[in-house]
Amino acid sequence: MDVSIERKDEARVDDGRRDPNTCPSCGSHYRDDELEASLRICPQCGHHFPMRVRERIDSLADPDTFEEEAADLRSSDPLDFFDLRPYRERLAEAELETGLGEAMVIGSALLDGHPCELTVMDFAFMGGSMGSVVGEKFSRACESAAERSVPLISVTASGGARMQEGILSLMQLPKTVSAVEDLYDAGGAMFSVMAHPTTAGVLASFASLGDVIVAEPGALLAFTGPRVVQQTTKERLPDDFGLAESNLRFGHVDAIVPRPELKPYLGRLLRLFSHDR
Amino acid sequence: MTAEDQLLKLRERVARLRSLSLLGGASVSRDLERFQKQIEQLEAAPTLTGEQIWHSVELARHESRPYTLDYVERIVDDWVELHGDRNRADDPAIVAGLGRFNGRTVALVGHQKGRDIKERKYRNFGMAHPEGYRKAMRIMRLADRHRFPVLTLIDTPGAWPGVAAEQHGQGGTLARSHALMAQLTVPIVSCIIGEGGSGGASAIGLADRVLMQENAIYSVITPEGCAAILWRDAGQAQKAAAAFKPDAAHCLELGIVDAIVPEPPGGAQNDFDEAAQLLAESIEQELSEIEDEPGTALRRQRRAKFRSMGVFAPVV
Repeated sequence: MDVSIERKDEARVDDGRRDPNTCPSCGSHYRDDELEASLRICPQCGHHFPMRVRERIDSLADPDTFEEEAADLRSSDPLDFFDLRPYRERLAEAELETGLGEAMVIGSALLDGHPCELTVMDFAFMGGSMGSVVGEKFSRACESAAERSVPLISVTASGGARMQEGILSLMQLPKTVSAVEDLYDAGGAMFSVMAHPTTAGVLASFASLGDVIVAEPGALLAFTGPRVVQQTTKERLPDDFGLAESNLRFGHVDAIVPRPELKPYLGRLLRLFSHDR
Repeated sequence: MTAEDQLLKLRERVARLRSLSLLGGASVSRDLERFQKQIEQLEAAPTLTGEQIWHSVELARHESRPYTLDYVERIVDDWVELHGDRNRADDPAIVAGLGRFNGRTVALVGHQKGRDIKERKYRNFGMAHPEGYRKAMRIMRLADRHRFPVLTLIDTPGAWPGVAAEQHGQGGTLARSHALMAQLTVPIVSCIIGEGGSGGASAIGLADRVLMQENAIYSVITPEGCAAILWRDAGQAQKAAAAFKPDAAHCLELGIVDAIVPEPPGGAQNDFDEAAQLLAESIEQELSEIEDEPGTALRRQRRAKFRSMGVFAPVV
């Protein structure tokens, strides 16, 4: 997988902007509470800022209905991986910075009164990369959804597989795909919401297998990101390369749903798939 | 996890399976044999140093290494290559077809690299577009319909990272190729015969039995890609490879592959015929073990096998 866990930092350098509350699209600057109140959408131009996992859950689940599952799972370091720093140190730092145990949170919830299973990724935790824990959590969520006969709603934001777990992280592709297939064989449904960015190993596995797939406006949805495509092929990239809008045009997603409309949209899907008469 | 830990875990699994032997049927004893075989291979395999791992990377990419069609020529009779994804194009980076393997009809799918500059370009260095994976899926569906076992040979640096590939749905196609393999009810045996690079490799590697040649590599990213990102210098590829351990011995230790296929002395490039014979023997052994199992049981076990991959722990 080619997408860097460091992308977050690089983007800042590329833009010459270091403040996460400055809109990369129109340059407007906001206080954190302003962005919090607007679902992290730029009131000026509609740019969707990255959304942290707790905020995302609050924006989708009915109040006080989310019950987290498998919160205690943590990555081991099966390879004793060491690049410029040990993997264990990076993990500890990510946990400290984000307050999360891993890049994905799963649990049961009600959405517009409909029971569902939620899996939500957070790009702030090591670039939302998928290692053993993310794969395990997602698979458990599929099992939980099948057991309770409720649809699974997946929200992804990921740079791809986590390099520090080597081949084990690549194996999370077949693992999560197998879990989705088990869910489908049990009669379950899955809706995939692709937030910025949904790339590489996550796009090449469970995220692309939803019964319905929607994207957030402006999200990068690509197996290989623009920088690597440009470097490898020297091709001229279209301006909207890999963006949600381009993916819609080429037929890879069902709709682009702006954040304020996401909950009602998913509520409608849950009603349609509920088999109630 | 060290090799010793892994050995300990395997031994525990064997002990657990042994204690079940009064209850279990043939499939348990087969698992037992398999784990026992893994233990023996692990005990025989020396712990590789960074340099040895890099040697493996070099051999896996050796320009004289046998490719998919070299093996097809030697181990499959009555080969009929099939072309095109019935949708848009035929991708020469993946070959697919039907043939007879030790007397039975099989469907075979594999990445194909080129030998000289012209052919390398034609085969796109074994890096397939979505069209290639759609062709692979078409042949696998055909095999499922007619109850032909599926063999896949994996040899790619990765799926092609190009503008058209993205526009034609590279990510989603790889996802659906994984998914199709999780659905098949015919036996599937895969072997990594060179480079097993990222999602483009695993997309045709979701098999009942996964083999790996002695000097093949299987990894989440190329050593150069990993080095460029984590070390910010593609020149550190050797260090990256030593860190993420893509060699066969480590893949066996981690339970990613079921067995290692031996190569002729010095590597498969030294003797195509012997390499092919050794490969055919390993495939035959795995295939004959699983081909009489009911399809739905196979599928269930296949998914359960991948479902169990990963190393994690509850927080203490």
